[in-house]
Amino acid sequence: MGKKYIEVAAYFDTEGKIVPVMFWWDDGKSYQIDRVLDIRRAASLKAGGTGMRYTCRILGKERYLYYDDFTNRWFVEVPDKVS
Amino acid sequence: MERIILHCDCNNFYASVESLFNPKLRGRPFAVAGDPDQRHGIVLAKNYEAKRYGVKTGNPLWLAKQLCPDIIFVPPHFDLYMNFSQTIRNIYYEYTDRVEPYGMDECWLDVTGCVPAFDGGKMIADELRERIKRELGITISAGVSFNKVFAKLASDYKKPDATTVIPYESFREFVWPLPVGDLLFVGRATARIFERKCIRTIGDLANTSRETLKSWLGKWGEVLWLYANGYDSTPVARFGSQPEIKSIGNSTTLPRDLTELEEVKITFMVLSESVAARLRKHGFQCETVQISIRGTDLSWIERQGKLEAPSCDSTSIYKKALELFIKNWVPGKPIRSLGVRGCNLSSRQVCQLSLMKSVQQIQRREKIEEVLDGLRFRFGNKIVVRGTMLADKSLSDMDPQTDYPHLVLSTVHSQI
Repeated sequence: MGKKYIEVAAYFDTEGKIVPVMFWWDDGKSYQIDRVLDIRRAASLKAGGTGMRYTCRILGKERYLYYDDFTNRWFVEVPDKVS
Repeated sequence: MERIILHCDCNNFYASVESLFNPKLRGRPFAVAGDPDQRHGIVLAKNYEAKRYGVKTGNPLWLAKQLCPDIIFVPPHFDLYMNFSQTIRNIYYEYTDRVEPYGMDECWLDVTGCVPAFDGGKMIADELRERIKRELGITISAGVSFNKVFAKLASDYKKPDATTVIPYESFREFVWPLPVGDLLFVGRATARIFERKCIRTIGDLANTSRETLKSWLGKWGEVLWLYANGYDSTPVARFGSQPEIKSIGNSTTLPRDLTELEEVKITFMVLSESVAARLRKHGFQCETVQISIRGTDLSWIERQGKLEAPSCDSTSIYKKALELFIKNWVPGKPIRSLGVRGCNLSSRQVCQLSLMKSVQQIQRREKIEEVLDGLRFRFGNKIVVRGTMLADKSLSDMDPQTDYPHLVLSTVHSQI
């Protein structure tokens, strides 16, 4: 497994909570995040990193989206050949 | 009331953070190492795989390579470690306001009153281990005991990712058979003295009379006796309490060996400016200047001298440092590293007014340097530099204030 940084559009509420709304893959395709199911701090041993982990439902599937609050970047875990 | 003290120690901290961010390193021997081109080529931290080959922190890189030919060296990322360290402390603060850091990767926590019984200490320790592993991907070892010294001993007892408990009722059975060198503050020199006196275990130390230890080691002998007998009562510092700064210094390993006085002057000027700026930042002036010089044969001397008047201007510190250097170092003998330190600190708010011209000059210089501090804060460190520093940029082009490994701030905690 590898790590892939992606572009994300997120919603910032007045309390400072950040919720991702959609993201873009590097081929230009955009994906809507249907629902955020869980938010917690977690490490990704597969991708190699840590941050706020958003468990998201995207096209009916559950995927993790990480927000690295140290570098302010979003990343996902991907199979090695994709990263 | 019996206290419940935790000591949490991140296992191979630098190496764990590196392997988290670079999964390819996992399972392979590697070490976080300084830059050999900058002549900082030593092992700063190693993982367990490298440790198995006998690689130790502080080993030069050639030795590490000799011990473990497959070892991989990775450069350090101090900003990342600082960030991790702060995030871990924030987790500790969720459990108690009494969190006292001991270096970047270790902390004491006083959780007395946070849990109903001593067993609760272990519960919190286990929870902290799990949380840090899950949230940050690194492991810690936790020690639970009724004082700070035994909590530290417990956390060192079993690594990695383990909790060890030393309860009051059975501390003698647990602690006393351990080697005396395992006790906090028993370094190599003290251990050697104990070895000569046939004191091999902490139990031997505890059963030696207090007076005898005092006669051997002075007041430290008494302190170690108290520690060995479980009488350590030093409190864990509260959240936000500031450590008392005892001295402020900077040192650097030079990019090449220095033999010329002019080169030494440039280095001392850079270091003095940094020390003076940091003294002013903390509202201090120093009365004594200390220099340290390491030769290429790794011989090392430290000399100190008093300033005419307490001061925090770089010129006074520089002049004293240079004077000490000229007096104590053989001209032409190659130098590997240099350090400058301001000691005997006092507050700048309380200063003796003087009619002496030289003191007035010092005070005038301090005011000028404060203006320079303001300029550097607004426009960067290079907005105003001294002419001497332009003579050799390879020596002057460093910022000791941000060059983390060489920044030394000696502190003792005000509450200890």
